[in-house]
Amino acid sequence: MADFDITSGERDGMGPHGTKVGLLRVLGPAHVWALGVGIVLVGEYMGWNFAVGKGGAYAALIACWFAGILYTCVAMIDSEVTSTVAAAGGQYTQAKHIVGPLMAFNVGLYLVFAYTMLEAANAITAGYLISVVATMTGYTGELDQRPFIILVIMFLAWLNYRGVLATLTFNLVITAIAFAAIIMLFLSTSGILGGGIMQHAALFEGHELPYGWIGVLASMHFGLWYYLGIEGTTQAAEEVRSPARALPFGTLAGIMTLLIAATLTWYICSGVLPWEFLGDGVNGSVAPLFDTARLSGSNALIWFLGFGTLFATLASANGCINDASRAWFAMGRDKYLPAWFGAVHPKYRTPYRAIIFLVPIALIFALGAPLDQVITFSILSGLLEYTFMPLNIILFRKKWPMGSIKRGYEHPFHPLPAIVLLTLCGITFFAVFLGYGTQLVAMIGFYIVVSLWFHFRRYRYVDRGAQFTMPWPKPQGY
Amino acid sequence: MAHYVPPKQGKFSQLIDVVVLVALTVGALFVPLWLNLAGSSKSVATPVEAPTWEALGQNTVQAAQYEALGYTPETAHDLILSRFDYSFTAGALIVMIVVIVAYYWLMLKFSESEYREVISEKFGGK
Repeated sequence: MADFDITSGERDGMGPHGTKVGLLRVLGPAHVWALGVGIVLVGEYMGWNFAVGKGGAYAALIACWFAGILYTCVAMIDSEVTSTVAAAGGQYTQAKHIVGPLMAFNVGLYLVFAYTMLEAANAITAGYLISVVATMTGYTGELDQRPFIILVIMFLAWLNYRGVLATLTFNLVITAIAFAAIIMLFLSTSGILGGGIMQHAALFEGHELPYGWIGVLASMHFGLWYYLGIEGTTQAAEEVRSPARALPFGTLAGIMTLLIAATLTWYICSGVLPWEFLGDGVNGSVAPLFDTARLSGSNALIWFLGFGTLFATLASANGCINDASRAWFAMGRDKYLPAWFGAVHPKYRTPYRAIIFLVPIALIFALGAPLDQVITFSILSGLLEYTFMPLNIILFRKKWPMGSIKRGYEHPFHPLPAIVLLTLCGITFFAVFLGYGTQLVAMIGFYIVVSLWFHFRRYRYVDRGAQFTMPWPKPQGY
Repeated sequence: MAHYVPPKQGKFSQLIDVVVLVALTVGALFVPLWLNLAGSSKSVATPVEAPTWEALGQNTVQAAQYEALGYTPETAHDLILSRFDYSFTAGALIVMIVVIVAYYWLMLKFSESEYREVISEKFGGK
């Protein structure tokens, strides 16, 4: 057993090199929960309904639960590794210590693109919502959504620039309100409080599985959207006071919250909205919970869900900026990217250069690409990341078997979660191929090209031994 | 193993690296959009002339919900009847599988050789 014990109080507050310098350690388990759920909860407010369009309402429910299994495996695996590799960068830092530099570079880019695209999708939805509110309050023209999209991204980037504690406390409050809005809509429309308006049987009649079983497979593509981003809790590893306790607790509580929220969301929306309308997130229902509230006939619910949608998009975009900038910062600190990005703000102790640099990237996609394409870019990066995770945990257990280092959390039934995760990733690749094969191949082509660029050019600037910052013993087999 | 001392990268060289990475990123994501190769679009296989809710396959509850949302049979026609085409060729599927497997193989192979250097330098003969 190594001397180093991740679970000891002695490690709390230390940076990745065992020093007291670096990002500020101020977060607790509730912030970790807020970071994970805050990023993801917007997936219940918009985007998941494309799964209905791909295969019908039942297919979306099946996809919801299978994607739930996929993400439960992700949360279990992630909790074990990140409670041991407690440093900024999350899965990037895990890959660096367990698989190797090139894999780490790729994983870092998956993280940045998954979160930046999700941030862009959130800004698009916020702009749409503001235009709907303008129409509802009497504005008759066509509202230009672009200034609001820019404002959302700039404001949240500024908040992130100023400090992580304020950012994630803000997330905690607005995420809780957005979650409460879903619960209130469920209670009000299901008949528990007052008269119910659910009509599942009549709305499904004749449209149970409009594409047959291949539609169920196709739905897995957008089924991921119910939960995409929960793995972002690991990005806070260097800023939580006690990573070994807070990270597993926050992550596992987060996935449980989302499983409940996703199922409730499907139940509420599919019982009120016809599937063709619900399933078209561009020409039909952009914000399905909000549309359901509009059909409830209650102004209070409409406003509550309107704010819920807006808060969910803000919380998600906020968390995405936090996570993408940490991954970019961590790669800069290791010189996988230009070292200029590895700077910490002298006063606010945030990765301010990474935060600022990613603002125009998010704006390019928020202003220049349609919502379903932006979501697909995010899902594809996430899917590549989830495919890496089973490989990561298998190598982690092989190189540092149980007992060789102290883990903050040990996930049960290994290697079953890894095998299930790999299988579900394979199914989701097929689902993406059914509709968006060109993007899939284009994106993997991109990763191959940048991998060659990294291996043959960029890696020369990286200090070999200094990348390994965990005080672990030598891995077995080396 | 001798300690590897990386060269110091100048500001201009750092800038070039960032520009290359951003150009590749934007290109990979936007080129399929510009070439109209992005995503499967839906289409209406058999349009209905003078549509009614019955002709569009909607029962009374479904029709009532569409009307509550502000639709008429005419305005809901494309929304209700458009469908994805999930047909594909075995060749396209095989290409996708080969690309994905080749990508991960490349990752693991290059990563392993780099990782051995890292471990060798970090731990030496210990």
